[in-house]
Amino acid sequence: MKAPPFTLHRPATVDEAVALLADLADEGALVLAGGQSLVPMMALRLAYPPDLIDINGIAGLDRIEVSGDHLVIGALARHHDFRRPVAPGPFGALLAHISGEIAHYPIRTRGTFCGSLAHADPASEWCLTAATLGAEMVLQSQAGRRAVPVAEWFEGAMATVREPEELLVEVRLSRPAEDAVWGFYEFNRRAGDFAIGAALAGYRLEGGAMRDVRIGVGAVEEVPRRLEEVEAALEGEAPGPEAFRTAAEIAARAVEPLEDFATPADYRRDLAVTVIERALLEAGADRPDQRGMAA
Amino acid sequence: MKIALTVNGRPAALDVAPRTTLADCLRHALGLTGTHLACEHGVCGACTIIVDGAAVRGCLTLAVQADGAEVTTVEGLAGDGDLTPLQEAFRRHHALQCGFCTAGILTTLHALLSENPDVEADEIREVLSGNICRCTGYIPIVEAALEARAAYRRASDPAP
Repeated sequence: MKAPPFTLHRPATVDEAVALLADLADEGALVLAGGQSLVPMMALRLAYPPDLIDINGIAGLDRIEVSGDHLVIGALARHHDFRRPVAPGPFGALLAHISGEIAHYPIRTRGTFCGSLAHADPASEWCLTAATLGAEMVLQSQAGRRAVPVAEWFEGAMATVREPEELLVEVRLSRPAEDAVWGFYEFNRRAGDFAIGAALAGYRLEGGAMRDVRIGVGAVEEVPRRLEEVEAALEGEAPGPEAFRTAAEIAARAVEPLEDFATPADYRRDLAVTVIERALLEAGADRPDQRGMAA
Repeated sequence: MKIALTVNGRPAALDVAPRTTLADCLRHALGLTGTHLACEHGVCGACTIIVDGAAVRGCLTLAVQADGAEVTTVEGLAGDGDLTPLQEAFRRHHALQCGFCTAGILTTLHALLSENPDVEADEIREVLSGNICRCTGYIPIVEAALEARAAYRRASDPAP
């Protein structure tokens, strides 16, 4: 189908964009960044915004830069911009790996990191990344700026604390320890489909024991999140298939899975265990050529 | 809204409704029907075109967003009459049958091979997962892309 009619606005600056939002957000105006979720939602008549505020003409919003203990990601940084590592070491390699798992190549060239966080689809790879590594969402409106930590960001599936008149101008993604190893694994029935289970796992090795363990699971519940019970079970243990399996099984009791016509909750529960186990195996292998094949 | 863009090397000035997709604009306003449309919500890949060097979905890009951009469609890949090395490889490997998906696959692979002429088979397959082909099968398409890499490597070498 075709999108319903709307009025397009093309602000040249963030100030112009938030002024437009102040005027038009109450009537349902939406921000257009990459458009890879919003435009199909309009074509399917799931969204009827009377006004679209296209921010693609705003200079400087495409920045991705390391700043202290954060990676600053501007509102127009595209998924594909992460394909060549944007930071040194395992962190840049991890983001490159994850970016390649998002949708399809011609969608990655347009879709944006910040758009994913604002859209808050439960299956979003970047939402899982932000929830696992830690992040702050920087919102701007005519009232000023505020930064929201990821723990307070999501309100549910496709829902965040962003007010309609606020623009998500950047995300500050926390940089993990330089010596942490990472694994990411997602499962879907066809390449490029929305994930129905995804996990991000990382840890540091200290004298043969895992420290600072991070386990995040996405596409299983309404909101991606860390599973502290699983993290605690691994903390101080030696990495290995048995430890990974035992800890991953805790996830089955910890999650309250989404259910839909194609995917029963029990199936997603099993899948949560499997994707966590595979993400851990990948982190343990830390071999880029083996990614996605550890099992 | 009035927009001005370059399509296959030729300037085009148009007046389009904001809701018009770039794919519809190319087909209806410019008569470039080589770009095909099937799902119209970004899943099938048939409408993939190249905007400022990047492969994009023509159905998920508004025509007004191409204002000032350089657009390449399947019609613009080859010069006058000659096939490109990628198109030659498609013919040699029988990488098309009905041809409906072919325009989107050629533009996708042209962008990919231009970006990385050394791309490996695994990545070619992953990229092709975004283009639904229901009759040819993907094996000859992957073989054609692998063979075409040599021509893209030569093209990306600095002139002697």
